[in-house]
Amino acid sequence: MEFLSYLIIGVSLGSVYAIIALGYTMVYGIAKMLNFAHGDVIMVGGYISLLSMTSLGLPWWAGVLLAILVCTVLGVVIEGLAYKPLRASPSLAVLITAIGVSYFLQNAAQLLWGASPMSYTPIVSGSLPVGGLSISYISLVTIVMCVVIMTALTLFTEKTRMGKAMRACSEDKGAAQLMGINVNRTISLTFAIGSALAAIAGVLLCSFNTSLMPTTGSMPGIKAFTAAVFGGIGSIPGALLGGVLLGIIESLAKAYISTQLANSIVFAVLIVTLLVRPAGLLGKYVPEKV
Amino acid sequence: MGKMIKLGKKRSVNLTKTRVVDFSTYLGVVLAFLIVDAMLRGGMLSRSFSGQLIPICCYIVMAVSLNLTVGILGELSLGHAGFMSVGAFSGIVAAMSLQGSIPSEPARLAIALVVGAACAAVAGVIVGVPVLRLRGDYLAIVTLAFGEIIKELINCLIIGHDENGLHVIFNFNSSKTVSDLGLTENGIEIIKGAQGATGTQMISTFTAGFILVMITLVVVLNLVRSRSGRAIMAIRDNRIAAESVGINATKYKMMAFVTSAALAGAAGALYGLNFSNLTSAKFNFNTSILVLVFVVLGGLGNIWGSIIAATVLTILPEALRGFDDYRMLIYAIVLILVMLATNNSRLKALLARPFASLRARAAARPGKEAQ
Amino acid sequence: MPRVRSRNESPLVNMPSDAYIPQRDLDKLPILETRHLGIDFGGLTAVDDFNLVIGRTEIAGLIGPNGAGKTTVFNLLTKVYQPTRGSIMIDGQDTNGMSTVQVSNLGVARTFQNIRLFSNLTVEDNVKLGMHSQIKYGMFSGIARLPGYWKQERIAHERALELLSIFDMQDMADKKAGSLPYGAQRRLEIVRALGTNPGLLLLDEPAAGMNPSETVELMENIIRIRDTFQIAIMLIEHDMNLVMGICEGICVLNFGKVIAKGTPEDIQSNPVVIEAYLGRRKE
Repeated sequence: MEFLSYLIIGVSLGSVYAIIALGYTMVYGIAKMLNFAHGDVIMVGGYISLLSMTSLGLPWWAGVLLAILVCTVLGVVIEGLAYKPLRASPSLAVLITAIGVSYFLQNAAQLLWGASPMSYTPIVSGSLPVGGLSISYISLVTIVMCVVIMTALTLFTEKTRMGKAMRACSEDKGAAQLMGINVNRTISLTFAIGSALAAIAGVLLCSFNTSLMPTTGSMPGIKAFTAAVFGGIGSIPGALLGGVLLGIIESLAKAYISTQLANSIVFAVLIVTLLVRPAGLLGKYVPEKV
Repeated sequence: MGKMIKLGKKRSVNLTKTRVVDFSTYLGVVLAFLIVDAMLRGGMLSRSFSGQLIPICCYIVMAVSLNLTVGILGELSLGHAGFMSVGAFSGIVAAMSLQGSIPSEPARLAIALVVGAACAAVAGVIVGVPVLRLRGDYLAIVTLAFGEIIKELINCLIIGHDENGLHVIFNFNSSKTVSDLGLTENGIEIIKGAQGATGTQMISTFTAGFILVMITLVVVLNLVRSRSGRAIMAIRDNRIAAESVGINATKYKMMAFVTSAALAGAAGALYGLNFSNLTSAKFNFNTSILVLVFVVLGGLGNIWGSIIAATVLTILPEALRGFDDYRMLIYAIVLILVMLATNNSRLKALLARPFASLRARAAARPGKEAQ
Repeated sequence: MPRVRSRNESPLVNMPSDAYIPQRDLDKLPILETRHLGIDFGGLTAVDDFNLVIGRTEIAGLIGPNGAGKTTVFNLLTKVYQPTRGSIMIDGQDTNGMSTVQVSNLGVARTFQNIRLFSNLTVEDNVKLGMHSQIKYGMFSGIARLPGYWKQERIAHERALELLSIFDMQDMADKKAGSLPYGAQRRLEIVRALGTNPGLLLLDEPAAGMNPSETVELMENIIRIRDTFQIAIMLIEHDMNLVMGICEGICVLNFGKVIAKGTPEDIQSNPVVIEAYLGRRKE
């Protein structure tokens, strides 16, 4: 019974990681960059939803929508101002810029909202008794959300014109451009989707943690990226699988091995996985052509 | 067999250009040290600035050594602070344990630096074996992971020393405390788990920092100009071609990575012995990134640049103290703008127009367009 | 140059198929011998049953239409790919399970179709990297600059310039390899390969992108390299003037299989080869 409840916590935590990882993996797939600022967009999403509920007195769903809107715009603006000019630059330059953006968001948040943690009221509370277990509604909402997003994204990339353009760009930007695809717009769209997902993840994450501070997003951001790599970067089912597995491992490690070393265990699993499968669980390894 | 080829006209050994660069690097560091040291003795430096001197030396060593991995070997490492951490805590343990047996502080410091470097080198081997099999961003994320693992592992360490030797407990589920070490009454508690090292005797000196910087420069610059360094750079430029001429990529990657880790370990030991309290949280992901920023802003493979960037960017946040709340925000904006300015070709061209003649002259000098 | 051929009556009785070796190399161990060499890429057979013997001072050609698997053969010989089937003997030694580095130490050097220089390093350093295995001093001597470092580096420097002088490139020694013009980069790749002191030099399209007069010069240089160093050279090339002009034995590959082997005269008149290149005449 105890094990089952840890497992459920793991799956729902993993679902949050998966939602963040989806954003990460899409951006990585198309822009080939580690967007270290992604975690901080999550934090912004958390603050916007919190403040719209507390200061503006909006209902929770309006707060979530506002958070999605703000983060989407923020994602597109960041891409346009900081990453687009560096599209042809070495990846290290883009990485450092992303780190700069991350610092900027964290410090701006600190100036605007203070460094001390704010308490966050979960968007749904209470729990559902199932047998001897009680499953919190937020866990259920998270898991359902994750499945919905995952399905929608898969349909989007498989079936729609924009989705196909997105896949084409991530394979070969030059060829996509020659086929008449507007590469810049496609990349902006990817950032928009990724940031909207970050906002949703922010709301869910804060509902779990019930607190929020400017650095809230960085560790989940890193772990979600780990999840994306773990599952196979660029792969949507990979992000889901990686996220959920990571959540489960983390939850079980905390419960049964060591709270202090939970992150280490998560990272150790990542390392071992990459040694066995250099492109992650569902990624495909492409050797260098000679 | 070579006799059969007609010999080209003999030319003088052309090592001059690199020699001049190396020599001026050494000279610059020595001069900077002499000037700062004189000012320090004359009491012309503010307290906050003189307190920065040893950390600056540490960060210079960190930046130069990370440049070996990122600039010379060409592999992105996001966990360099992990090696600094290993060096810091092993150095602290060494120095504190030897307090009774070796009274001379400089000698103890020297031993601590060597121990720190050796332990970090061992960590470098352990991390390097799996990491160096991966490529690109995968390698980067795994170094990040190792950095975090090292941080958490050190967080679990409880170490003390008494006349019976070292006592070590690995406190992985927070059930143990310092009293479980079973120290005798003469024993000293050195590392206390999540609290880190407390009550460390501060034996680091600016002179030691200067010497460490010089040693680092000699190691890195001479390595780069040697057969091994050439092999390392060849792997960076084209691994497949390097293997085709008989260069064992794994061996030389490992050589660069472990050397870099060892130097970071020495820097860590110097850093650790400069503060009475130190927790492993100090050496987190942000510290790794900070050092990476020094390397990238200073220029990949450019040792001089790393030194300057590490110095300026360590002083800058202190200098911005006046702006207090805004200083990190300004730092972030400056970072983004510098990256945009140095990497965007359109912006570069715009900035370059007024300096067209200057650039033309610079272009006439070969090998100057490295960045 | 005498083009003496001997067919089947060669002393190498074990040869699995027809082999064309210059008379002068017949009584010596061949530098390269492959038997039933093949590789599959996920069910697709890229090279199959590739048998070849190359004499110690032979200039051999490997030709075939695009996609025939020529570069794949080079990648197999240098162990960039591990063969799925068959064996490769270098200098009489079975290379089964060896790595690229080990094969290089056995004396196989190569150039690449898409140039792979160490482009951020100087021309001289590129050549010295070719000589890497012959420069004998360790990491510590290099860092401490012990006498061994100075001595070995001086020797390496002189030898590098000597090798560069084959193509009259010694004046470019201090230039960055990546800044050289295309033709010079191709030549530098050859010099770097020679630096490894090879017994077999593999050239992958050495004349690509060169004009006719440069190609003629290259042909002379290839022969000169063979004569000076007394090594075997095997080249992939689409320029038939070059192939027919300097190769003593030619192997034609199509769809991963050897379709013809012989002297240039044999190949030029072989109907199977003509069909592979031009297609079957419609009746």
